[in-house]
Amino acid sequence: MAEKAQWHQETVNLDGAELQVIKGGAGRPLLVLHEEMGHPGWLKWHTELAREHSLIIPLHPGFGVSPRIDWIWNVRDLAGFYARFLRQQKLNPIDVIGFSLGGWVAAEMAANNQEQFRRMVLVGAAGVRPPQGEILDIFQLMAPAELAASVLDPENTPEFDQLYGGIGPAAFELWEEARAATARLAWVPYMHNPSLPHLLRVIDSLPTLLVWGREDRVVPLSAGEAYQQAIAGSRLVVLDQCGHRPEIEQNAAFVREVKGFLS
Amino acid sequence: MHLAYFTERPYRYAPQDRVIEKGFFGTPNSFFDPAKGHELYHEYIDEKILCEELGFDGVALNEHHDTPFTMGAVMDVEASILARVTKKVKIILIGNPLPLGGPLRLAEELAMIDVISGGRLVAGWVRGAGSEQFAHNANPAYNREYFNEAHDFIVKAWTQPGPWRYEGRHFHYRFVDPWPVPMQKPHPQMWIPGLLSPETALWCAEKRYPYIALATFLEPTVELWNIYRDRAAELGYQVGPENFGYMQKVYVAETEEKAQEIAKFDMFGGAGSGYSLFAQPAYNFPPGYNSKLATRRIATQFSDPNKKRSSSPFQAAGETSRAEVSAAQVDHRSRFWQEATVDIEQTRKAIFGQLPDVLNSFGIICGTPKSVIPKIRVVLETLRPGIFIIWQNDGPITRKDRENNLKLLAAEVMPAVREMGKELDLKSPYEAKPGARPLAHAGKPESVGSLEPWKAWRQAHPY
Repeated sequence: MAEKAQWHQETVNLDGAELQVIKGGAGRPLLVLHEEMGHPGWLKWHTELAREHSLIIPLHPGFGVSPRIDWIWNVRDLAGFYARFLRQQKLNPIDVIGFSLGGWVAAEMAANNQEQFRRMVLVGAAGVRPPQGEILDIFQLMAPAELAASVLDPENTPEFDQLYGGIGPAAFELWEEARAATARLAWVPYMHNPSLPHLLRVIDSLPTLLVWGREDRVVPLSAGEAYQQAIAGSRLVVLDQCGHRPEIEQNAAFVREVKGFLS
Repeated sequence: MHLAYFTERPYRYAPQDRVIEKGFFGTPNSFFDPAKGHELYHEYIDEKILCEELGFDGVALNEHHDTPFTMGAVMDVEASILARVTKKVKIILIGNPLPLGGPLRLAEELAMIDVISGGRLVAGWVRGAGSEQFAHNANPAYNREYFNEAHDFIVKAWTQPGPWRYEGRHFHYRFVDPWPVPMQKPHPQMWIPGLLSPETALWCAEKRYPYIALATFLEPTVELWNIYRDRAAELGYQVGPENFGYMQKVYVAETEEKAQEIAKFDMFGGAGSGYSLFAQPAYNFPPGYNSKLATRRIATQFSDPNKKRSSSPFQAAGETSRAEVSAAQVDHRSRFWQEATVDIEQTRKAIFGQLPDVLNSFGIICGTPKSVIPKIRVVLETLRPGIFIIWQNDGPITRKDRENNLKLLAAEVMPAVREMGKELDLKSPYEAKPGARPLAHAGKPESVGSLEPWKAWRQAHPY
């Protein structure tokens, strides 16, 4: 497949764990932290950002590909694990983009040590309890319903059918692994850390872009506003006609904003 | 043979349409009328007293949460009452859902029940249905870890004099010294109920605990006995009837017609595909709660929303594999709600219309005392359980019918069942210690169950 040539998978040994990492592209490194259903596969936005960045996409431990690590109890632990990953790989300070759960991981890393990042992009990030509305309880849905809820209009969203290689038993089994791993990290408090908005206030010199779909049904926009208030100097970009996956639902605007911010 | 009685104790005024639409779990508690609840709780306790009078060896309780399916949300409350108001029967708890709460509290409650009852408690442990994990916000991804750790902790709390400090993976106690400890030494027996999860059978084999299959299809049940048998053999012992229990739904009445009329209500109380009304798939199969094999089956089922499920797994009798044992569990629990919306009338028809299938597979045995006895014999010959629990009276069955049924059963069926128990040498865990039979020299371990009696019955009675 022509697309496949754009990326490859590597094993990184860290603390006895064989972390699987997807890599592709060329340019200043960009750490990509994937969301709670797993890594959705190489999509158009990857290709576009890979023109100027070398993407580094670690597959979170325990999400079905990289093995589970027993001592990782919560998202802060996972953030600590990735801090070690960056140091071991001599990558910091690095640009980072995190989606949903992955956005939360990035935010915890930044709250812990903003100097490990050069610039940070959070897309529909979990981690902060929305002042209005609630984070969708994905665990009360079967995975295909969770997936459908993640975009505003599944029928007309480009690349929706390509996510995770398409709905089928193989994808489903991986989703279950990812959802179990997410449950281990974030069953309670559900998908947020009550301390995080306070911890984020330590950040004073990390350029941060927040990207949200106005009609995000998974992490409501008010969480984005809360992030914006907590992170000094951050900018919130809200995309219309868009749910929880701006990268495919509003691909052009998304790529333009992110490229502009990272350049 | 230990002969016991079990019922789910349903809230029998549950709104049927609502249950079909949303599941028992998910029917809002605004439908609960405390005055009716009062009557029902008393009725169910009286029924247990009646069981003692009628000569049952034990009465079994279970618990489920957030559901009119079972009124025993906290069965230890009922067990405590039974500890005082009954005199002889074993109080069998099948079982306490270990992942749902702190194990020290449970160790205390159960020890009290054992002491108050004069040593009549049979403890039992479950992981809890998927929906229970939601009801008590117990992380399903740690379900089995919680189960294992809580079990080990409770046994230690019952047997190792305190005070001691406990720092585990999921539970932490700085001062463990529970008063009281159980009357039975070293501790009450523990019987483990289940719906044929191979992992649980392996765990039981390791702990030498009896495994009780809950009205499961006979073919995979025999298969599960063999999974237990093989693990037991690895550990150096031969399984016997004392390692196994079976719960069988039985309804008796003066005529076949009347018995079927009552049994039909059970279709809404858990028999056949009625069981899949227990909870919607998302609540039945929470993340991380299922084994790999079960997950594979769920994946196949739910990744194609248009695919129709077979109406009855194990319709065709035959040899089964471990994968099929897992598959059967999943299929049994996920018959409905594959599509986005449920047609209430069609679903109702499907549930009640399945009675002939269920009677055919012995999911329910019903009839006159005379006609049910040979069928019970087939079950006992096939599975050879040392514990046999008659499961009755689920669904909206009236008090009068419940009592009539029980009395008739006790008078005209139980004596015959007891005779069969003796004749087939079905030793209970009180008559033979599970895990104490030596393994035959260099030979393969012997099976306890065999499908032959069941196959012979099927051949003689084609469906």
